[in-house]
Amino acid sequence: MDKILSLLESNGRYTAGQLAAMLGEDAGEINKKIEQYEKDGTIVGYKALIDWDKTDREMICAVIELKVTPQPDRGFDKIAERLVNYPEISGVYLMSGSYDIQLIIEGKSLKEVARFVAMTLAPMEGVASTATSFVLRKYKDKGVIYAAPEVDERGNCPV
Amino acid sequence: MIDYEKLLHKTVRDIPPSGIRKFFDLLDDKKDVVALTVGQPDFVTPWHIRRAAIESLERGKTYYTSNAGLMEARKQISAYLNRRFSLDYDPESEILITVGGSEAIDIAIRSMVTSGDEVIIPEPCFVCYAPIVRLSGGNPVSLPLSEKNRFKLTVEDLKKVFSKRTKLLILPFPNNPTGAVMTEEDLAPIAALIRDTDVAVLSDEIYAELTYGRKHVSIASLEGMRERTVIASGFSKAYAMTGWRLGYTAAPFQITSQMFKIHQYAIMCAPTASQFAAVEALEQGDSDIEMMKEEYDRRRRYILKGLRDMGISCFEPEGAFYIFPEIGKFGLSSESFCERLLNEQGVAIVPGNAFGESGEGFARISYAYSVPHITTALERIEKFIRSL
Repeated sequence: MDKILSLLESNGRYTAGQLAAMLGEDAGEINKKIEQYEKDGTIVGYKALIDWDKTDREMICAVIELKVTPQPDRGFDKIAERLVNYPEISGVYLMSGSYDIQLIIEGKSLKEVARFVAMTLAPMEGVASTATSFVLRKYKDKGVIYAAPEVDERGNCPV
Repeated sequence: MIDYEKLLHKTVRDIPPSGIRKFFDLLDDKKDVVALTVGQPDFVTPWHIRRAAIESLERGKTYYTSNAGLMEARKQISAYLNRRFSLDYDPESEILITVGGSEAIDIAIRSMVTSGDEVIIPEPCFVCYAPIVRLSGGNPVSLPLSEKNRFKLTVEDLKKVFSKRTKLLILPFPNNPTGAVMTEEDLAPIAALIRDTDVAVLSDEIYAELTYGRKHVSIASLEGMRERTVIASGFSKAYAMTGWRLGYTAAPFQITSQMFKIHQYAIMCAPTASQFAAVEALEQGDSDIEMMKEEYDRRRRYILKGLRDMGISCFEPEGAFYIFPEIGKFGLSSESFCERLLNEQGVAIVPGNAFGESGEGFARISYAYSVPHITTALERIEKFIRSL
């Protein structure tokens, strides 16, 4: 696996120059590789991880377990491809186990999410049942711990 | 009033404060300082290792262990030294678990050095050797190393200070503060010089796991050297376990049995929970070392390029997590360079002369910090040198 990818996954703001210095490679080459990854969809996008609890924006997140009737020929793809289009839905995963599709839904309020589930998801063709759980607090996401910013507490022992 | 002059040991009173300490004291009342000073990893001890210590406490393992340490931990250390460095030490009689590498250094020096003995200390180096030698009544003999030899110890240098009174050679590689390493080819002529003498070697191998591009070689693995070498090492740097205070010595039983007595009376045994953590680290921690080492290596390349790009000359460090740039060309002493950098740009690095006079003209920069942190520091350092 290319080290560029794991480094960018840990910090999407590394510049080609920084990656080149860290890996002992040429910045131009790194740039070319990144462009290629972006073109072929290996790198899908870049985002900031935001702890919305620290802002005045109201945000609620729910995990929804869907049981789905698979379509002939297309299996679960057809319904999944329809689900990804809803801006309220931030994650769509086909699952093994007791249900078929897991959705991550973000909304302004409990009411808004409930309305989306009741009015849009549940009646959708192919959806057999829904089970909604609300996220009460986010402790860690995408490998990042959501807590007070890290303070360097290392003692100044004369080493 | 009691006469403290009479009360206190003259040798102790005469020990100067550590040069690093002196510089750290300047930091105390400063805010928003970007520090590149610490000599410890920025990683937290891997969770499975912390978990092992917690479990030992949950199970009520709050007793003293045997003086030398848990047999399981000593067996694991023995296996580890064999696996990584092809060394053979009997866990029963040749390994002592100590309170950090520091205690290992202390009991090694104190078990050998007595009044009139000379101890050769290649410098720049970590600051503890000379004071302990003095406390033992011995005479520290500084051996200045130079950048033109990439801060390696050469046999020519060694011959200059070798005498009939030489009792012990300190071998602090991979080196704090320079990042220098000694390869097998570098060690061979040193070994040849002392092989048929009664001189011993204290090989401080605390950074042995942090070498880049080549594997660490212990002088004890060279012909004729095992019988005269004490290896001092520990868990602090390799496993990010500084606060656990756990190290060890590996040495022939004739030396170990004497160090054992000092350890037994001064320390009793190393902290038990830390010893259980160590067993887990040695059994399951090889991949943690690799992960951390890779990260240090990236930062090493990053900071080396950053410094060279701004025109600071700097030899490539091959071990530990320090870089030792040459700053003499800016016309300031190491101390005033570092003090001005701190006052004018809020970046803290340690003057090279804190590690011995031959460190004058250099400064120690630790890269046990994240890349964004290092980036900020480099930008400020560049501003500073442009202003000179």
